Amino acid sequence: MNRPLAITGVRLVDPASNYDGPGAVMVVEGVIADVAKGGGLGALAKDVEVVDGAGALLLPGLVDIRVKTGEPGAETKETLESAARAAAAGGVTTMVVQPDTHPVVDEPSVVDFILRRARDIELVKVFPAGAVTKGLKGERMAEIGLMAEAGCVYVTDADRPIVDSKLFRRVLAYAKAFGMLVAHRPADPWLAGGAAASEGEFASRMGLPSVPVAAEKIMLERDLALVELTGSRLLVDQVTTACALESLERAKARGLPVTATTSINHLSFNEIDIGDYRTFCKLDPPLRSEDDRQALIEAVAAGLIDIVVSAHAPAPPEEKRLPFDEAAPGAVGLETLLPALLAFDHAGRIPLIDLVRTVTSAPAELLGLASGRIAKGAPADLVLCNPSTPVVVDAGRLTSKSKNSPFDGRTLQGKVMMTLAEGRIIYRA
Amino acid sequence: MTTAPPGLNEVLQRTFSFPKRHFLSVVDLNEVEVTSLLDLADGFVALNRQTSKKLDLLKGRTLMNLFFENSTRTQSSFELAGKRLGADVVNMNPRASSISKGETLIDTAVTLNAMQPDLLVIRHSSSGAASLLSQKVTCSVINAGDGQHEHPTQALLDALSMRRAFGRIAGLKVAICGDILHSRVARSNISLLQMLGAEVRLVGPPTLLPAQAERWGCAIFHDLRTGIADADVVMMLRLQLERMDGVMAPSQREYFRFYGLDREKLACASPHVRVMHPGPMNRGVEIDSEVADDLAVSLIQDQVEMGVAARMAVLTSLAARLDNDR
Repeated sequence: MNRPLAITGVRLVDPASNYDGPGAVMVVEGVIADVAKGGGLGALAKDVEVVDGAGALLLPGLVDIRVKTGEPGAETKETLESAARAAAAGGVTTMVVQPDTHPVVDEPSVVDFILRRARDIELVKVFPAGAVTKGLKGERMAEIGLMAEAGCVYVTDADRPIVDSKLFRRVLAYAKAFGMLVAHRPADPWLAGGAAASEGEFASRMGLPSVPVAAEKIMLERDLALVELTGSRLLVDQVTTACALESLERAKARGLPVTATTSINHLSFNEIDIGDYRTFCKLDPPLRSEDDRQALIEAVAAGLIDIVVSAHAPAPPEEKRLPFDEAAPGAVGLETLLPALLAFDHAGRIPLIDLVRTVTSAPAELLGLASGRIAKGAPADLVLCNPSTPVVVDAGRLTSKSKNSPFDGRTLQGKVMMTLAEGRIIYRA
Repeated sequence: MTTAPPGLNEVLQRTFSFPKRHFLSVVDLNEVEVTSLLDLADGFVALNRQTSKKLDLLKGRTLMNLFFENSTRTQSSFELAGKRLGADVVNMNPRASSISKGETLIDTAVTLNAMQPDLLVIRHSSSGAASLLSQKVTCSVINAGDGQHEHPTQALLDALSMRRAFGRIAGLKVAICGDILHSRVARSNISLLQMLGAEVRLVGPPTLLPAQAERWGCAIFHDLRTGIADADVVMMLRLQLERMDGVMAPSQREYFRFYGLDREKLACASPHVRVMHPGPMNRGVEIDSEVADDLAVSLIQDQVEMGVAARMAVLTSLAARLDNDR
């Protein structure tokens, strides 16, 4: 039995209750037993362990709903355990893992396997996302109902767009009966096929096969039309272009039940960061122009984009130390998500509470999770972070098994001091 | 050993030393470097026309040709250039040999680097491959074509051919025609010619022009006659035949009708126009034989000759910077 824990003297940021101010939190038996906003907790019993926050930020543990590991099937890249350790180091206490593993998470036994592994690891909460179609082939529906029952939090074909509109319409309609959220990556596969960069002057000069931004908008418009047709909820998996934001804005204005994510990478980098063919900056969707990046930041600030994900995608050196067009796309991001996000607060672009919302209460509410907030009775998933400590990212020293971080060498401001999951200290700097 | 022709000796004795370790991209060069390379190459042209062509500027050095893509003319051009300068030349054919089986580019490079070559010439189908390689080896790397990115020695030999034909490059109107989208030759030429003060135009169907090419400072034309109007140089590019089969253009005959260079279309250009082509040519597709073989108009044979000289200039300049004993 753990001793009660009091975290005092912090700047408490809880987007769910719209609170950003001084406070303290009492944790008993893995649950938040008391939240003091504005003041202290009063007299504490003798057996209480006290952590003095000394003015640091106390946030709900981050909820990252787009994480890839290599387990099952490619454990050399990343295991559930190594990803969970990276998450803990980054203040992420809940992660949703993608179904594109070997085997694919397209039936309940694989869902079960991941949940059991996560329970054994006992670090952060891990929820699987199930596949929309069997084998991610985009041909036949996977067992969405059974996977919902087994504990999937949403269904997605991860990076693979579902081309068949008839099938996707049925998926949206069918999933609704089980209250299952469907996520889809908007990308027209014919336009996007073989691309390594975004179409434009940079890709033209570098001689890289490229995809026009319209590829994202075309597929998003189709998806939104099908949402209107079926009335089902849709999670737009990573909006990265200004032109797709226009479509999203229209859909939201019309009251369609859509939620959108973007990745921290697309908020932090543009195509020029590829520089001399840096494969750590090869992503899927590819990095966009600076205009697109600015539009994304504005969209997060305006609440048009609801959720920010790390899009954690480990790739070992043998997949990255290749010519650019042969290299695997993706970047690790669990450990850098929070400090990278804080940059927009430091720069005065997005208020802290709104930034925190995109990685805590917004995703938690979308998926119906109890975490993502600092409230009496909620699970004690918390992260204590010093927002001003400068940190030079050294990819080689990341906890992740794979080190493919585009932030390598960059200075970020913000350091996770302590992470708690259900009251247990799972990381301490 | 051969005596260098007087012009060459004079250039070799100049003090300018090439400051780069690798030769990867035209964008890395400046006008002074390019001009000195062209002057040096001019001297090598004279040498190459002598009976005895062999010098010992690269004596004891090893040049390795590493061609992941097929090439006859570029590879033999580098081979001759190396041999005429006295280097030992090894041609690796990674696709036919065991080193390619499951081995990555970097592994291959590191393996070859351990054999202590001094100069490594690489051609690869991926943009950025030469740059990647240069980060992992201790020798000088020369880009002989990386994907759709650059082919800097081709641009140098093209500039040399033009300078010898016209006596200058500044002010020349150069129309680059055909498949610009997939062409590394075009990218290197555009950068180099603009640096040297030429006016570059791009001509081709919209499907074969790169996105936002208008931001490269070139006028864009979709009509060949208008595009080459008054041009001093018409540079035709090779078009992969499969791309004309309904992919980038509807058919070969339609492509030739609108974008193939024949005598009638060439009449729109300047009266003293010269025609260039990096080879190998698709006769009757992008260029008519009548034009290609007319020595009064065509610089295509000159380009091949200049290729050896230009590469000798690059090798000599890089070798001057190599460590003597490691």
